[in-house]
Amino acid sequence: MLIPSGRGAILAFTDWNGISPSWEWIGLDNFVRLWETDVARDAVVRTIVIAVSIMFVQNAIGLLLALGVNSQIKSRNLLRVFLFAPAVLTPVVIAYLWRNLLAPTGALNELLDAVGLDGLQREWLGDSDTAMWAIIGIVVWQFAGYSMVIFLAGLQSIPTDVYEAAALDGAGPVRRFFSIDLPLLAPAITINLMLSIIGGIKLFDQVYATTGGGPANSTETLSTLIYRFAFNSGQFSFAIALAVVLTVLVAIFAFAQYAILRRGERRAS
Amino acid sequence: MRRYTGRTFALEIVMVAATLVIAFPLYVLVNMSFRSRTSTESILAPTADPTLENYRTAWEDAGLGRALLNSTFVTVVSVIIIVVVSALAAYTLARVTRAWSKIVFIVVMIGLLLPFQLAMLPLYATIRDLDLIGSLWSLVLFYSGLQVPFATFLYVGFLRATPTDYEEAALLDGCTPLQAFRRVVFPLLRPITGTVVILNAVFVWNDFLTPLLYLSGSGTATMPLAVSTFVAQYSSNFNVVFAGLLIGMVPVLVVYFAMQRHIIKGFSGGLKA
Repeated sequence: MLIPSGRGAILAFTDWNGISPSWEWIGLDNFVRLWETDVARDAVVRTIVIAVSIMFVQNAIGLLLALGVNSQIKSRNLLRVFLFAPAVLTPVVIAYLWRNLLAPTGALNELLDAVGLDGLQREWLGDSDTAMWAIIGIVVWQFAGYSMVIFLAGLQSIPTDVYEAAALDGAGPVRRFFSIDLPLLAPAITINLMLSIIGGIKLFDQVYATTGGGPANSTETLSTLIYRFAFNSGQFSFAIALAVVLTVLVAIFAFAQYAILRRGERRAS
Repeated sequence: MRRYTGRTFALEIVMVAATLVIAFPLYVLVNMSFRSRTSTESILAPTADPTLENYRTAWEDAGLGRALLNSTFVTVVSVIIIVVVSALAAYTLARVTRAWSKIVFIVVMIGLLLPFQLAMLPLYATIRDLDLIGSLWSLVLFYSGLQVPFATFLYVGFLRATPTDYEEAALLDGCTPLQAFRRVVFPLLRPITGTVVILNAVFVWNDFLTPLLYLSGSGTATMPLAVSTFVAQYSSNFNVVFAGLLIGMVPVLVVYFAMQRHIIKGFSGGLKA
């Protein structure tokens, strides 16, 4: 794994087309071109926006679900099983399902019509204003249960006597959430944020299966561009340069989050 | 235990409603997959006269049976290699205290951070030169290399928290280190092995990008790739597409519902280590 990755890092500075036996060292040309190519630069920015949006929404929903199924409700075990189920399904298959649900005559538009909100109907994946958000919605739908399970594991490792002490001190549910749950969940929060943002940066399946990067490149991410440049236009080394950018993004986000959250965790403990 | 109050009841209703909302797409999927193409009922209404026709078309035209075998082969072989290699590597790394062991550990951890997109293209060229494009072994090779760092990381964490008494006793009794590993250490690793198996099996089974690159157009396909090709063919016929998608989900769903307790624990526990 390290050797091809290293080769990848080197090939990014060449003009290799993927086939010819020889290539020339062209230094930073690929990266300069990347910066000057609108599609590529937009994809970098978009990838970050997508990853950060997924991170916030998925974890907010995941945390709410975790608090819900960690309570005394009777159906909690059953709900956990069903809420987590989408997370084990094949993402590309889920994405095809949603492509049909979000189609102009799909289930979502039917549903909006049925409840009298037909003004909201639109071609969700065919409209460049909504397509990216629709894809974010698909990812969140599938993986909110994943965040939930990790939060749940965190919640269950909190000793009950902490809650009892808090109850004796007269702390209400809101107070308990902010003074006990949130600080003691710090490790679960760290893992969840890292996983969701790294997953978001690598996003490919959902885009490929729903919009293929369109309409008008409005949902192109780094991963889909890598695929396109390498296999549709034979610009191998340029695609690898994009992969290097992706790697750097993952590293930056991982280190930054790790540093910030570790400090938070230490303060909490 | 706290009592079941009115407030808990309200919460129960909210949670059940939330789950139903999340399950709604799956209802549509199942509902539509049993509906004939000529039906004019609303998408939301339960299908009046269900038919299995879509399933027959999907199964016969998509080559899903073959894809199922391919996916199973890739997943099983990859997971076995990952478990054996990582457990052995982790055992060595966790028990040897020399300097090289720390260096190797750091190198393995770098492998953990690298996204597979970086290695994918250079490896594609290598695999093409080896004439393995279109072969399932290219995937096995890729996944084994890709996932060993993560599995090793989990095993090392677990081993460091495991006492060394048993293995030392085994060594005193005349076991070779490899025998001690096979008879004593590996069985002790069972909980974390479960986690490693689950996480990797789900990842390998679901991966789409790698088969798309390495197998496309070769006539060999894994489940996600076969479903994708099939959907492209039938894009105008929702009902058959839904049947195909459902067939594509069934294997994972069956395994999930049979083992959900372990899977949920594996996901939360494995990532906590």
